[in-house]
Amino acid sequence: MLTAMRFLLLFVLAMSGWAQTVDYSKDIQPIFTKRCAGCHGAAQQMSGLRLDSPSAVIKGSYTGPVVVAGKAADSKLIQRVSSDKKGFAMPPVGAPLTAAEIAALRSWIDAGATVPADSAAREQKSTHWSFQPVKRPSGDSIDFFIRARLAKEGLQPSPEADRRTLIRRVSLDLVGLPPTPREVEEFASDQRPDAYERLVDRLLASQHYGEKWARHWLDLAHYADSDGYEKDQVRPNAWRYRHWVINALNRDMPFDEFTIEQLAGDLLPNATVDQVVATGFLRNTLTNREAGVDRAEDRFEQLINRTNTVSTTWLGLTMGCSQCHNHKFDPITQKDYYSMFAFFERAEERSIEAPLAGESGPYFAALPDYERKRSEILESFNIPPLYAKWQARMREAFAHQGANLEWDFAVTSFRAMFDNADRFLKGGVEKLERHEQDRLLDYFLNNPGPDITNRDKASLEVIKQAHTKMSALSLPPYSLAPVMARNPEAPATHIHIGGDYKNLGVEVKPATPSFLSKEAPENATRLTLAKWIASRDNPLTARVAVNRMWQELFGRGLVVTSEDFGTQGDRPSHPELLDWLASEFMDHGWSMKAIQKEIVMSATYRQSSNIRKDVEARDPENVLLARQSRIRLPAELVRDEALAASGLLNPAIGGRSIRPFQPAGVAELGYGHSVKWKESEGADRYRRGLYIHYQRTTPYPFLSNFDGPESNVTCSRRRRSDTPLQSLNLLNDPVFFEAAQGLAARVDKDVQGGFSDKIDYVFELVLGRKPKTSERERLAKYFDEQGAGKAAWVGVSRVLLNLDEFVTRE
Amino acid sequence: MTLSDFKRIQSRRAFFKTCAGGIETIALYQMLARDGYAGTADRGNPLAPKQPHFPGKAKNVIFLFMEGAPSQLDLFDPKPALEKIQGQPLPESLIKQTKLAFIKPNAAVLASPRKFTKHGESGIEMSDFIPHTASCADDICLVRSMFTDAFNHHPGQLLLMSGTTQVGRPTFGAWVLYGLGSESQNLPGFVVLSSGVGTSGGASNFSSGFLPSTYQGTMFRNSGDPILYLSDPPGITKNMQRATLDTVRDLNEDHLGATGDAEIAARINSYELAFRMQMAGPELLDFSKESAATLEMYGVNKEPTRPFATNCLLARRMVERGVRFVMLMHASWDQHTYLNRDLKKNCDITDQPAAALIKDLKQRGLLDSTLVVWGGEFGRTPMVEIRKTSDPENAGRDHHPLAYSMWLAGGGIKGGQVVGRTDDLGFNIVEDKVHVHDLQATMLHCLGFEHTKLTYHYMGRDFRLTDLEGNVVKKMLS
Repeated sequence: MLTAMRFLLLFVLAMSGWAQTVDYSKDIQPIFTKRCAGCHGAAQQMSGLRLDSPSAVIKGSYTGPVVVAGKAADSKLIQRVSSDKKGFAMPPVGAPLTAAEIAALRSWIDAGATVPADSAAREQKSTHWSFQPVKRPSGDSIDFFIRARLAKEGLQPSPEADRRTLIRRVSLDLVGLPPTPREVEEFASDQRPDAYERLVDRLLASQHYGEKWARHWLDLAHYADSDGYEKDQVRPNAWRYRHWVINALNRDMPFDEFTIEQLAGDLLPNATVDQVVATGFLRNTLTNREAGVDRAEDRFEQLINRTNTVSTTWLGLTMGCSQCHNHKFDPITQKDYYSMFAFFERAEERSIEAPLAGESGPYFAALPDYERKRSEILESFNIPPLYAKWQARMREAFAHQGANLEWDFAVTSFRAMFDNADRFLKGGVEKLERHEQDRLLDYFLNNPGPDITNRDKASLEVIKQAHTKMSALSLPPYSLAPVMARNPEAPATHIHIGGDYKNLGVEVKPATPSFLSKEAPENATRLTLAKWIASRDNPLTARVAVNRMWQELFGRGLVVTSEDFGTQGDRPSHPELLDWLASEFMDHGWSMKAIQKEIVMSATYRQSSNIRKDVEARDPENVLLARQSRIRLPAELVRDEALAASGLLNPAIGGRSIRPFQPAGVAELGYGHSVKWKESEGADRYRRGLYIHYQRTTPYPFLSNFDGPESNVTCSRRRRSDTPLQSLNLLNDPVFFEAAQGLAARVDKDVQGGFSDKIDYVFELVLGRKPKTSERERLAKYFDEQGAGKAAWVGVSRVLLNLDEFVTRE
Repeated sequence: MTLSDFKRIQSRRAFFKTCAGGIETIALYQMLARDGYAGTADRGNPLAPKQPHFPGKAKNVIFLFMEGAPSQLDLFDPKPALEKIQGQPLPESLIKQTKLAFIKPNAAVLASPRKFTKHGESGIEMSDFIPHTASCADDICLVRSMFTDAFNHHPGQLLLMSGTTQVGRPTFGAWVLYGLGSESQNLPGFVVLSSGVGTSGGASNFSSGFLPSTYQGTMFRNSGDPILYLSDPPGITKNMQRATLDTVRDLNEDHLGATGDAEIAARINSYELAFRMQMAGPELLDFSKESAATLEMYGVNKEPTRPFATNCLLARRMVERGVRFVMLMHASWDQHTYLNRDLKKNCDITDQPAAALIKDLKQRGLLDSTLVVWGGEFGRTPMVEIRKTSDPENAGRDHHPLAYSMWLAGGGIKGGQVVGRTDDLGFNIVEDKVHVHDLQATMLHCLGFEHTKLTYHYMGRDFRLTDLEGNVVKKMLS
């Protein structure tokens, strides 16, 4: 009542020009607290505006100050609270401010909007578990933590799996390939006490280790071999990044280094080509080459993708929510989001010359001759004047858009299709690197512009002839790699209001998330971000990384939502174990192999995966780990295993993508029938699944059927579905039928004995064990039904390649 | 689980096999639950039929997705006023804020050369390019006030199909399958058919996004196997395939006994369903029992209707067999150039079969429970686009997201009416704006869903098809 009286008085005073008596603490803050702080307070700050502390009120929102001292009428605050326009008026719901309240605000602003100093800092750090520093708990092993919890629940762990199961399990988990029958036998009969450890060490040292674990990392990077979107052009050099990952993992590059090189390898002092190639991580964003797409909008989408991918991959945070508003649940503000985004805004895409071993010599030997012949052809057809004119017309059309419809369209298409087009359009051909200059000429020869295409048949003909001749020239390969580079001309970063690329708010500087880190240094670069992410100061990176390794080795993470360590994610089932693993990881120099060895050596990992009735009812999801888990293999491994068992596998490591057999009609689904699938020849077809060319709009059907991710956004954990399409795929796909035939042939060749010896062998090849009597009898019956000949062995092979056990890591 | 447990369930399962579709798997899981495998049984069959939020009129959807953006001004939305300003720019006030994909907003107006006439009792005006569709006027709800946020193809298609312009979300069919499950024991619940060329969106138009891949659209192909890997490998007879599957089943059961993992039971089921699909596929494609009149009505045996007609007839046959969501794509309607020639070409292919689909569903009593939708990701401009000034026939239209037309018919929809109105120049909507999110909300309503409640928790929050928007358009409902 008193307050109301006071407002009434103020209202009268204001009307009569007596404004000096308004007091911020008594008159203004209560209005804000009562009417505004729900949306503009400690819990959330819509549009970045906070009205619960004096300094924040003066600071304003993402679009700038809301109070102009001395000028109430010019102040957004007054404009919004006194408006009756829906969507503009504040508060947006509930009763509007009273006339007296508005009068008080006016008087306060007109009198100079003076505020008292803030009371004691109220910034409170979040208490959420994952944002707290990692503390090493007391305890000395994985089994200690797991068993302590089981004991508390009154449960016994399961016995160790038998040796044959164990070697198949650890082989599939560490190298992604099944053990050979000989390896199984050797291990099964190895009586040395450290037999298992020797096996683990051998697998960790295998070059196939890098392939297996690269696949998990490529899911996070959302690696693909094409641009995505409508045009979905092939990215012929994308594989360089995959190659880098495989090598880095095989060398057991420490995870902090692994992190820094992928995020900012180009900014390291005296960076090697390899370190720059690592930034290919950031090049897996989609590119929309639809000609009508605004280039700025596509770039914005790419920066959003990079920000989200990095935060999920390393921080386990769903920062994407903050693209449009402050995170509803986690303490991530929109400012934090765009401060992180700003690191990537200051980078641009580049293609660098990154020759592979042995390429440089032949290339440079052949180059002068090649360039000379190119010039000769151009001169002989008198192309240079046409080319010069085209360049001038393109740059002119770019500078004066709207002057000529046909050239406008030519520029729009060029900007969509030619990477770094603007560097040429703004600065001329000299601004392009040498390999880009060659590409520009090729572009011209294919697209000589409307004046020639539509009206100058003679020149068009000449260009065609020159192009044909030029195309016949060849040069030894000299590989390029897609990377990131610093962009000194990058625009300043602004908050994008509502996540809209056109709607700019206040400017922000690159900075690490404020709720997790200390004040960022001035002029922070991507390298600052990378080093902070990979530092012990960051409470998330190590936890997120070890949790993912755990996920791949047990089928689920200690934190099930491995992509979300925020308040909406699951809490860890064994928080102390997670912190212990994170500490071990950092204390052992961020060695991924060391922590994986720690896990696979544990008794917990080595347990049998058989379901136990006593546990099943109480712990159906196997959270407590009273047993191991049976895991349906990832798509690539199902194929790898079939190829390995049948002897068809080509074990070559690294290199370009391959195209195995794909049924007709799949690639044709791509836009305008532009996607081509030319099957690889020879042994390339039988390379491992992670090398299969990934065309984003028409993915290889087998991969999609078995839950391979779509590679458009980051994927932290795959699903493991079970569908009839998978059954059809394994039963009838020519790739698997060929594997069955190969398997039958291999049995025929390798085993001289009778049915029993052969059935033992084929079982060991496919499942790593010998058949039980019941299995042997059932297969004998089938074998006889099928005529007991060569075709029957193909049949037996098909049966085995379709068993649940075959697609499962026991 | 012991082997004897499983055998017991199997024998009971044999009993359920004779019951109506869908029950078998549920029954299996219910029994697993009763027998003490509660945890694993909860993970039951994700495709089991489910009840929506309230009884919906539609049980199935056939989405005729006309990829590339058909020109509403030449098919559905007559604008005689454009003739008066043919060749001139639109009024300044109208185009001030406009941004277009290719042309400048001040490009000249192109009045439609089409002849529009009134059709049916409802008197809906449609153009001479689509006489067959026009003959269904009284069954159609023509929405002339569609609008969208995107003006490029892939983002526009994603918005229409998944509720957002970003990649990675589940699409319409996936949401419907997730919400309603499948009625078919022998066919996938969400099927995609295509004719013409490939689409901008490719597989992202029928992706399950972050929903389990069980819900993703299964592409029925036009050549070779209708479903990938449906036929047995060369040299494998049906008997051999059955014997192989029997052996696989027995060995899987054996292993189920050894490990006790109910996931193996699920895989046994998947193999049985796969085998039934192998039987059902050829039966579905066999048109020999369709009457000559039906085949003729669709135009199955003549050009240029054949490919689209085949897909329309397949769509009806799938709905009869319990397929929940059929998406039929035809590409491309992206007539930036040669509008008269290429638009006619598309209409000649699609008009008769699409109309036949409505008539056929109606005469079989299926239209009331089948929601049929026709349309693309946005519309086309009243202004002309010319890429080759030397060729007068080259004229076309650019992308126009601000106002375009779609039509709906069947389950839950009130036919014989026009919803919404655009201004005299066809540039903006002046009455009853329908955003693609509103269309999605309305379609979900027809299926019995409160669109705000059909959600899936992912990455820390609940997602839905209509993103954060969408209102049911009551006028469209019967």
